[in-house]
Amino acid sequence: MSNILEIKNLSVNIKNKKILKNINLVIKTGEICVIMGPNGSGKSTLAKVLMGHPDYKISSGQIIFKGHNITKKKPEERAALGLFMTFQSPREIAGLDFYPFLFDAYKALQLARRKPAMDVFDFKPQLDRELDLLKISADWSNRNLNQGFSGGEKKKSEMLQLALLKPSLAIFDEIDSGLDVDALETVSQALKRFKTAKTSALIITHYQKILKYVRPQKVIVIDQGEIVKRGTYRLALKLEQEGFQQIIANK
Amino acid sequence: MNPKKNIINSSFEFTPSTQSQTHPGKSLKVQGRKIKAHNSLWDKHNPSAYMANSRPGLDEKLVRFISREKKEPAWMLKHRLESLKIYLQTPFPNWGPSLKNLDLEKITYYARATDKQFETWQDVPSDIKNTFSKLGIPQAEQEVLAGVGAQYESTVIYHSLQQRFQEQGVIFEDLDVAVQKHSKLVKAYFMKAVPPTLHKFAALHGAVWSGGTFLYIPRGVIIEQPLQAYFRMNAKGVGQFEHTLIIVEEEAWAHYIEGCSAPRYGVDSLHAGTVEIFVKPRARFRYSSVESWSKDVYNLNTKCALVEKEARMEWVSGNFGSKVTMLYPCSVLLGRKASADHLGVAFANQHQIQDTGAKVIHLAPETSSNIVMKSISKKGGKAIYRGLVKIAPQAKNAISNVKCDALILDSKSQSDTIPLIDVRNKSAILNHEATAGKLNADDIFYLQSRGLSTEAAQAMIVNGFIEPISRELPLEYSVEMNRMVELELEDSIA
Repeated sequence: MSNILEIKNLSVNIKNKKILKNINLVIKTGEICVIMGPNGSGKSTLAKVLMGHPDYKISSGQIIFKGHNITKKKPEERAALGLFMTFQSPREIAGLDFYPFLFDAYKALQLARRKPAMDVFDFKPQLDRELDLLKISADWSNRNLNQGFSGGEKKKSEMLQLALLKPSLAIFDEIDSGLDVDALETVSQALKRFKTAKTSALIITHYQKILKYVRPQKVIVIDQGEIVKRGTYRLALKLEQEGFQQIIANK
Repeated sequence: MNPKKNIINSSFEFTPSTQSQTHPGKSLKVQGRKIKAHNSLWDKHNPSAYMANSRPGLDEKLVRFISREKKEPAWMLKHRLESLKIYLQTPFPNWGPSLKNLDLEKITYYARATDKQFETWQDVPSDIKNTFSKLGIPQAEQEVLAGVGAQYESTVIYHSLQQRFQEQGVIFEDLDVAVQKHSKLVKAYFMKAVPPTLHKFAALHGAVWSGGTFLYIPRGVIIEQPLQAYFRMNAKGVGQFEHTLIIVEEEAWAHYIEGCSAPRYGVDSLHAGTVEIFVKPRARFRYSSVESWSKDVYNLNTKCALVEKEARMEWVSGNFGSKVTMLYPCSVLLGRKASADHLGVAFANQHQIQDTGAKVIHLAPETSSNIVMKSISKKGGKAIYRGLVKIAPQAKNAISNVKCDALILDSKSQSDTIPLIDVRNKSAILNHEATAGKLNADDIFYLQSRGLSTEAAQAMIVNGFIEPISRELPLEYSVEMNRMVELELEDSIA
């Protein structure tokens, strides 16, 4: 199996404060990696750095995605290469029509990937199918992007974008938080649909539940910007029983 | 190139007008769309070599010349001369953006297009060509929009009026023509809403106005489709003083839309147009305009509507370009339950001042007004909302809502809100709300993570910001306004 993502000695600053320290991580094609850790440990920061958020300054190290050094690439270039991220708090964009946005993003990515794009008549049935699979019953056609969405709707909006934009590696930043039982089931199923032998996932979570749908090969624990523990699915189970402090203390 | 082959504005079909000098339109196909050409534009008889005689500066001789050229009735010449007198006596406004670089001696106040001015598409400066390409306008339209083959400064206006409206008694034509054909009607209203005494540029306009639109909607006539007209300013240093006069009789409904654009030239130009609208009892009228002026134009426009009992006036405007724009459409609510909506967008780019807003004068009980203004400033541009809401003593239970939102794209740019509120009746309910914000970096990042470029992401956010206004425009205009925003944003990304 080839490596889809390689993070090499990555250190990151924000406003001269070091928030990620010497991160090394490899994700292979088809693999699922879970990142766990206490609040404020740097999990979301890592996700945003991987996606290319401009606020974070990489002081050293490299990010290699599908063999390309993307350390200095713009977020849209990373997206074009096949990287995607679901946001913990998806942004609400006033006045931006939701469905036309989806189609525009799809077209922009297809163009950047040098692939033919469906026209709107072929795109719409696919959109409808995904809406159906995500059990979105409300009419979203008159909505603006995430505007006025409930917490659960926002997570579904992220999963809808995931399904339509077809990345090869998706980072899920707490996709499972703030969901009721039914919505968690729906979102987990969507994650499962996304995950094939060719696609990879980096899942940031506090919970076990979602891991029942998609079993990770790798589990890592981050604390204070450092990877403090590496393991397999069993590490996740252990964390649930013992809590972070125990694990971190024993690092 | 045969100028007759050129096509004009494709957003509606031209039907041959009733003017004597026109010829039947030719039908041509442009990129799959069938568009009829209106030959009257190029078949102007009497090809005067006026441009050769045109000169900068203004005096009585010129005013008399304009009137004589247009074969105007005596009352109009009298009006012009009186206006000139007022103009000469009136000082520049002592408020608002500086006009000290506006040299009124260097402006050409009247110019007629001549056959000699014909240029080819190749002669059109590439930045203008690019602008039109980016707007997605096919070349045939581009040629016309760029003024090739259809050079018209002050005298030519084209209109379309569907047959059935004509049958209903709707008049929609060049104001110059209307002054001749409907002299009495024009005289009764001309500069009654915007008198020459209003300010210096209204007086100037009264003296040298030329061309424009006359629209008359008879009682009870309802026109659902927007009526459209284009004005353009072509020759270097030429002022444009077009006059739009609109009369909407009782219980009539209509929507008029105007687009203005001017290529950029090196000499400061002046635009001092006037729009007057008379909305009779229970009538309803919407005036929309998307203006995109050359970066060196002083756009000092005056627009005013007199709104009678239970009538409704709606202004929708998009202001782009120009060096300085001063524009505050005014609604005078004359009758009980009259109402007005003012919706506007202004984009101030580098070296530009957009001093825009609204003026509403409540003169009757139960009148209401709603003002929503959105401004965007970029690269040192300055966007100012300047508004006046006046509630007269007799205007019992008047309501006015004002909302101004400013989006400031960088630290060099500015936004300001100058609302004047003058209330003389205690029963009035007034609301004023103003916000100012920046582009949110996390919003842009979010859209970029979906594969959209920084430019596209910015444009989406800015267009989303103005969406409450742009959605009020007909589709092709709102698309054009969105594209204008994209063009204005384009060079901002280093």
